[in-house]
Amino acid sequence: MFIEGKVVKGRYFDSVFLMKMARTVSEFEGVQDSSVVVGSAENIKILKSAELFLESFSEATGNDLIIVLKGVDGQILNEALLKALELMNPKENLSGKKNNEQTQSLESALTKLPKANLALFSIAGKYVAEEAMNALKQNLHVMLFSDNVSLEDEIKLKTYGRDKGLFVMGPDCGTAIIDGVPLAFANAVHRGPIGVVAASGTGLQEVTCLISNLGEGISQAIGTGGRDIKKEVGGICFLMGVEALMNDPETKVILLVSKPPHEDVMNKITQKVKGTTKPVIALFLGATKESLKETGIHYAENLADAAFLAVKHCNKINHSPFFDLEELKKVAGSILTRAKKGQYLRALYSGGTFCYETQLILNKLGVGEVFSNAPTAHSFKLENNFQSIRHTVLDLGEDEFTVGRPHPMIDFSLRNKRIIEEAKNPETMILLLDLVLGYGAHLNPLADLLPTLKEALQYVPIIVSVTGTDQDPQGRREIMKTLRETGIVVKESNAQAATLAGLALKLKGGAV
Amino acid sequence: MSQKLFGNLQVVNIGLESFNLPFEKMNIPHVQVLWRPSLVVSSEAKNIISNNKEKIKAANELAISRLQKGRPLLVGMGNAIDVIPGMKKNLILHAGPPITWERMCGPMKGAVIGALLYEGMAKNEIEAECLAKSGEIEFSPCHEHQAVGPMAGIISASMPVFIVQNAEFGNFTYSTQNEGLGKVLRYGAFSSEVIERLKWMEKVMYPTLKKAIENKKEKIDLKNIILQALHMGDEVHNRNRAGTSLLYRSLAPDIVTVAPDKETALAVLNFMNGNDHFFLNLSMAASKAIIDPARNIKGSSLVVTMARNGTDFGIQLSGTGSQWFTGKAPFVDALYFPGYSVKDANPDIGDSAITETAGLGGFAMAAAFAIVQFVGGNADTALNYSKQMYEITLAESTQFQIPALNFRGTPTGIDVVKVVEKNILPVINTGVAHKDPGVGQVGAGVLNAPSEPFSKAYEEFSKHLER
Repeated sequence: MFIEGKVVKGRYFDSVFLMKMARTVSEFEGVQDSSVVVGSAENIKILKSAELFLESFSEATGNDLIIVLKGVDGQILNEALLKALELMNPKENLSGKKNNEQTQSLESALTKLPKANLALFSIAGKYVAEEAMNALKQNLHVMLFSDNVSLEDEIKLKTYGRDKGLFVMGPDCGTAIIDGVPLAFANAVHRGPIGVVAASGTGLQEVTCLISNLGEGISQAIGTGGRDIKKEVGGICFLMGVEALMNDPETKVILLVSKPPHEDVMNKITQKVKGTTKPVIALFLGATKESLKETGIHYAENLADAAFLAVKHCNKINHSPFFDLEELKKVAGSILTRAKKGQYLRALYSGGTFCYETQLILNKLGVGEVFSNAPTAHSFKLENNFQSIRHTVLDLGEDEFTVGRPHPMIDFSLRNKRIIEEAKNPETMILLLDLVLGYGAHLNPLADLLPTLKEALQYVPIIVSVTGTDQDPQGRREIMKTLRETGIVVKESNAQAATLAGLALKLKGGAV
Repeated sequence: MSQKLFGNLQVVNIGLESFNLPFEKMNIPHVQVLWRPSLVVSSEAKNIISNNKEKIKAANELAISRLQKGRPLLVGMGNAIDVIPGMKKNLILHAGPPITWERMCGPMKGAVIGALLYEGMAKNEIEAECLAKSGEIEFSPCHEHQAVGPMAGIISASMPVFIVQNAEFGNFTYSTQNEGLGKVLRYGAFSSEVIERLKWMEKVMYPTLKKAIENKKEKIDLKNIILQALHMGDEVHNRNRAGTSLLYRSLAPDIVTVAPDKETALAVLNFMNGNDHFFLNLSMAASKAIIDPARNIKGSSLVVTMARNGTDFGIQLSGTGSQWFTGKAPFVDALYFPGYSVKDANPDIGDSAITETAGLGGFAMAAAFAIVQFVGGNADTALNYSKQMYEITLAESTQFQIPALNFRGTPTGIDVVKVVEKNILPVINTGVAHKDPGVGQVGAGVLNAPSEPFSKAYEEFSKHLER
């Protein structure tokens, strides 16, 4: 066995580029194992344990790139290495071509765009706090798509931002829509009178899409990052968002989406919204209706319900189009007739909020024990995330699945593998999946997903909920049509899809 | 019409480029930052430097104003021992940061041997080597004696040197006469033909040139030649064809006037004409003359020296006095002459990176399309080298211009803080020496300075500031 490798000094690429490159390199002829990583001490350790280490790598630092290939033919490896090195160059040409819009620092970006008012960060978490602070010092609002920022840094940034009247959305804020402009993972929705503040990324995407698809629109959708509503952060961004919507003349209805905030934060929110006459609707996933009693806030049960209530308060519709129970039961029955084996549901999510919402719905329907890697209060934690137990609902966007690879909304390979495994598993009766469209997400999802779904359909019926709009770059309508033609049950909201799955499980048990 | 949450949205996107898609579709003004992490330095140093931003800025403004004002003139010539401060019989000056005989690379050792033969201090190679390691010979960087030398950069006591004076501040710098290409001392060659040529340069060329320079009514303004050369396709480090031609034009009548006979005049003129790099040693001395007044300014993060001895790469900062910060000299990512490869190459060597330090050389690559193919690349590559250097410099030259960038001033004055925080290393345009003495140049290329000297300098610089 031969190992060929090179330390490329002083080159930096973002993780997505490295992963794409690693994937391409691993597919080169004659390459049995390979790695393309930043030359950090941790990575060197990993390379050593993977027996992909060369002496020359010891001089690499966190500022360098390591490419290493393993195979049986040294000559072929050598050629593959040269090809790999060439892969790094198109980027340089690209920067030559688009030079006017590209810079290498915030400082020089601001000389090109002196009136910039928002800095959108998606660089590695360990670097982002310092850079975000620089942006705040330059009077820019900040959105942190990046995760892995310490709680301490989050508090520091948000406190500093608040004192200057600047938003710090995130860290781990996947989505926002500001003045109608989708930021990061967001959808092309209509503009309208509904303002949203959400501590949940896919939750925000789902409600804004559903509202838009119901014919209403969004004034602003402010993401806060999941930790904002914890005691330590104190809801700094959430409260700024609520206040902004209260003061915004375009916003007629306010919609809040998150897991239940810490009691202190909840009190502050309740106090704050007492100052507005606008209707406020809240989906605090997992909270009871009683918890909102005497707060003046309208209770929503799930994401679809929240979207419906918001639209209802704009006097658009009176009845929810999402929960025609008789219709759902009928579809559940037809799914059952197609189920040839097994008795359990396996739900594989790319959106964390959906994973949580589905468990809540299954818990409430009483389908039996539910297991998850991110369990609700009534679910159970999986011991091994790669081994499903009974009804299993997985969030494949959690760290244990995403280390070293892009988010499952961009890269379907991990989930595709799991879909086939679960479909063939004799225990599995139904598969439930989400498909999130919009900016940031996979631009041609069916190309990667459909072959897998077709194969899986030979073993199990599949329910897919599609989050998106017809204006999204992928086009929701076409995608839903193609999925349906393939024989997949397609729902336009996750709450419907999960309810449907739950009803089918109950029918199987003879309980409905 | 619509309400604006942040005012008219304008976005700086730092990270995933795909996030620009909606901005492009909706005509939202945006700029992409191709971000990279800073060089590895302590957070303590970062904090101190961040807290002293204003002071550093003021100090750098002073440093840059001096750099911009510099007016290097070619005022005369002399023998090293008579004009270079601290020069003595048993002292040999060399390129780059300080180094001992033991650690010198092949070409530098060869050049030292050659210098000892030239000075008549040794009869042959073995004697010269014994003398060099005996401790009787002292070695010192050119830079510590107001001098600069290309490649090995060897200057010994009796060598004739050009004298350049910065008319604005009065400071002097010195450099030898360029020997041409092939088997030459600066690449470590010391055969008899090398020594004979050096002797001819001392006995015949030097007196003629010295008189010619002195014969001029007005001193030759090197800044003027350099700025014209930039308009003519030189970057005055790796390409000096225009600079050499301009100097030749300026001196030719005086050489003819002062030469003892026609043959001497012809020989001197032919020597200059036959060596496209004749002007290099003057562009280097001029660069140093321009930068030196910006030394020793408290709180300034300006890089005042980048120099290599073929083993180490060293830099000095204005705000940290005469201290050197060094790292391993890198190999050049070069195009090699037929028959040679990277296996033959010596690590980067020479004081010539003083041109980049002054905003010329690789920093002015966009002015020198004529050599981009020689060093590997195309016109776009050349433009990008220069454009990128604006990220790490403090100013744009008020004198030296790049026609292809709409006569924008060259990126001038390297800021160690920007280098470290942006992780963009200075680009240097250079020739490559064979690792064995006396073979000569084996290729040419472009390289980035190593990161280590800059990280070290940044750390030390922070210690010179208030906590």
